[in-house]
Amino acid sequence: MTSDDPEVMDLLGAYPDATEAELRRLHDRLADHADAQSLLDVAYRTLDTPVGTLLLAATETGLVRVAYATQGHDKVLATLAAEISPRILHAPKRLDAAARELDEYFAGVRRGFDLPLDFSLSRGFRRLVLDHLADIAYGHTASYAAVAAAAGNPRAVRAAATACATNPLPVVVPCHRVVRSDGSVGGYVGGPAAKQTLLRLEAA
Amino acid sequence: MRRQPFEAIVAGHGPTVLRVCRAVLGPVDAEDAWSETFLAALKAYPELPDDANVEAWLVTIAHRKAIDVTRAGARRAVPIAEIPERPSAQRTDGRDLDLSAALAALPRRQREAVAYHYLAGLPYQEVAAVIGGTADAARRSAADGVANLRKRYPSTAVQKGTTR
Repeated sequence: MTSDDPEVMDLLGAYPDATEAELRRLHDRLADHADAQSLLDVAYRTLDTPVGTLLLAATETGLVRVAYATQGHDKVLATLAAEISPRILHAPKRLDAAARELDEYFAGVRRGFDLPLDFSLSRGFRRLVLDHLADIAYGHTASYAAVAAAAGNPRAVRAAATACATNPLPVVVPCHRVVRSDGSVGGYVGGPAAKQTLLRLEAA
Repeated sequence: MRRQPFEAIVAGHGPTVLRVCRAVLGPVDAEDAWSETFLAALKAYPELPDDANVEAWLVTIAHRKAIDVTRAGARRAVPIAEIPERPSAQRTDGRDLDLSAALAALPRRQREAVAYHYLAGLPYQEVAAVIGGTADAARRSAADGVANLRKRYPSTAVQKGTTR
């Protein structure tokens, strides 16, 4: 509220603000209606996990983005607005299945994900690399060189590493199973500690 | 500037738009108008010009939706001799009840001018663009509205406790 007249401010200052609960209810109703009318291009929620709070985002096609807190969730949402659509709302329902499967994975009772995925954030060779990451079984690892070869270009080791480093769907598309040829863990989108946590979880 | 996620628009402007809808329509119809406003805004959002004033854009949509909601209510309504004062649902503070009733009793144009200028913070030029007429006419409507509110709701000067 703005006014050049303090007396008017005094008069209208008594006009009640909406409560948090009222706004939340209206927001949730908006998300439901938007989804029903195919206006919700990107739905998102967060999920607390042993590797920190993950951002999960889905289009009508499927899960399109998983992001670590260290990547900056606001920054990731801004990128989704630019690259997919600004019609983005916090709308957890569309992520129910993804959240449940990730919970099961972190609890050690799920070894693979059965979710529709939307790869529209990856193109070209990077996309090819991601397609082949699913071939590395739970609890196993592969070298960047092996992944490059599987994607059809054995000399593109660096490009394979870049594909892993820019994986828009970490955890679900298992770039954490790709390690250096010398056996060291190597880099990771969520940081080396998160990578080690995931590898230890899968080794248990 | 790149377009923000629509979630930020709802978070940033949702409370103000709800206050405006309540002031114009009363508390019950306000929620329908709010929902219709943000659904229409979501639909049009990708085409919104980069330099648009988002608050003015939302108030313009809310203004149209409020008219739609009023018309739909008029079609549904059972004819009665006199429009009763709208009760402010869920509010127990008598002061707020009185202010809501005083707003509801204003002529529509005055109510709109007061809500869009004082609650949404739009300059009179923008208010005029929303409700029609000139900026001076919008200024007069808001001034008349405030004068009428003071007559019906005169107790503010002695109740400093809720001033902000």
